[in-house]
Amino acid sequence: MGSYIERTIASLIAASERAAIAEQVAFSKGALQRVDARVKVAGLFALIIVVAASRRLGVIAALFVIAAILAAASNIRMRRLAGWVWLPVLFFTGAIALPAIFLTPGRPIAFFGVIAITEQGLRAAAFLIGRAETASTFSALLVLTTPWPWVLKALRIFRCPMIVVAILGMTYRYIFVILQTALEMFEARQSRTVGILPPSERRRLASSAAGVLLSKSVQMSGEVHQAMRSRGFRGEIHLLQDFRARATDWCWLAGFALLAAASLWYGR
Amino acid sequence: MHIPDGYLSPATCAALYAGAAPFWYVSLQRMKRAFNTQMVPLLSVFAAFSFIIMMFNLPLPGGTTGHAVGVGIATIVLGPWASILGISIALIIQAVFFGDGGITTIGANCFNMAIIGSLATYAVYRLLSGRASITSARRVIAAGVAGYVAINLAALAAAIEFGIQPLLYHDASGAPLYAPYPLRIAIPAMMIGHLTIAGLAEMVVSAGVVAYLQRSEPALLKRTAPGASEQGAPEHAAGNLRPVWFALAALLILTPLGILATGSAWGESPPFPTPRGLRALASFWTAPMPRYAPPFLKSPAFGYLLSAMIGTGIILLVILFAGWMANRRSR
Repeated sequence: MGSYIERTIASLIAASERAAIAEQVAFSKGALQRVDARVKVAGLFALIIVVAASRRLGVIAALFVIAAILAAASNIRMRRLAGWVWLPVLFFTGAIALPAIFLTPGRPIAFFGVIAITEQGLRAAAFLIGRAETASTFSALLVLTTPWPWVLKALRIFRCPMIVVAILGMTYRYIFVILQTALEMFEARQSRTVGILPPSERRRLASSAAGVLLSKSVQMSGEVHQAMRSRGFRGEIHLLQDFRARATDWCWLAGFALLAAASLWYGR
Repeated sequence: MHIPDGYLSPATCAALYAGAAPFWYVSLQRMKRAFNTQMVPLLSVFAAFSFIIMMFNLPLPGGTTGHAVGVGIATIVLGPWASILGISIALIIQAVFFGDGGITTIGANCFNMAIIGSLATYAVYRLLSGRASITSARRVIAAGVAGYVAINLAALAAAIEFGIQPLLYHDASGAPLYAPYPLRIAIPAMMIGHLTIAGLAEMVVSAGVVAYLQRSEPALLKRTAPGASEQGAPEHAAGNLRPVWFALAALLILTPLGILATGSAWGESPPFPTPRGLRALASFWTAPMPRYAPPFLKSPAFGYLLSAMIGTGIILLVILFAGWMANRRSR
């Protein structure tokens, strides 16, 4: 049972650490870190859509290589990218895609006993894994090279309502406040737990922890509301727009647009 | 159930963004009207809460573990519209920042988990909890069932989205371009995991948190319990169940409709030729009213009706006896 609490604590700490490292990398010096957040959001989102739209494995593979080069140029360690993105996506999507190589009807190219691997099945699995890996890498590039508040502000270029941007920003901050509260609750419980708890007791512990967290969240939202009101909040949201696009940012935008258009053309 | 990028075609993703947009708009308008300046902090903190709940690893019966989405408890405490927005925001942050779920599939994930999940939870919870008091055990059961149904409906929607991909999108050689499995594989593959593990996780969290709130903060359960008293007032079970009794009576009266159809129900007749073992076992037990036709009655319609009444009566007697035994043991 100790392991249950420890596992929960470990997953909460891992999320915190990952966010801290992402923020650290986002503020470091690298190719993409220097690019205007709006250009990165528009460019990388466009490339993710192109990956989803491409009907050629070669184009998806080329985009994956470009994503890896961009990561290397942006000071993102390959080992970190592999641990955070490539391997988890490979295990998850690979497990889903594996049966497809046998189950998809088509031209048999190899046999495992009476079961045949089909060419169409292999292509289907390659499409699924290739797309998932490449899109996840582009999505990780955005988060690892751009501080979260800038990503949110950049969402305004997609006409995302200001109130949604504000809620997303506040949610992100409160995730860490509630994460810390959850961590403290589980640590407090761990320090008072001796021996192994039965599964029913573990379920009760998890439900009570969720209930306490809910009560604290409601209380916190009331306090935050009062604090906002006392500072003059009347429901209007104003965001500071301090982005300034430079000549290099326009070059990057042109580069992203060219790459997306070419991939769309060759991948059709 | 978080669909990653690459599993759905851009057209499916666009359709599901378009499908989710009106719900987001209506939710936002309703929230603005209902909460005014309180909306921003309330939604932010609740979305953060849902995010953290999705990280809780829950021990489940059978020795396995699972993660809840939190849609059940978010809907029961906040109402369906606020839950749609709160869960959507948590899903957006999960997709963009933590890579759990894709960016192109945010619309699909929100449609399945936030929209279908919230509306299904609300409908099932309201239907099952009725006007039961806030601290009633019936609300705990209703919350658990609502969470379970909501997650499974969301999973079914995701399975259908996966299952239609190979029908619509494949390359010149016939290889599927996106999720490769047709509906006949995608639906069972998704549903087995959700009917057994993910559904149970949501059920445990929804029922467990409602039970906790009943003891510590019953006021939080009031939003989706109009007309319910906060204290544990005795429930008038017969009054609450009156519509169920009427429905049961109507079904009983309509039972003779079952004999209007020609032929027999598929799979109920023995195969031909009947295997020897099956033939030997067929005479092992002779039912007192075979084929819902008591031998002492000549009218098939009346026989059918009588069979329905006797069957229902036996079931009710068994349940009443079990309830009586359970009450006796608890005393």
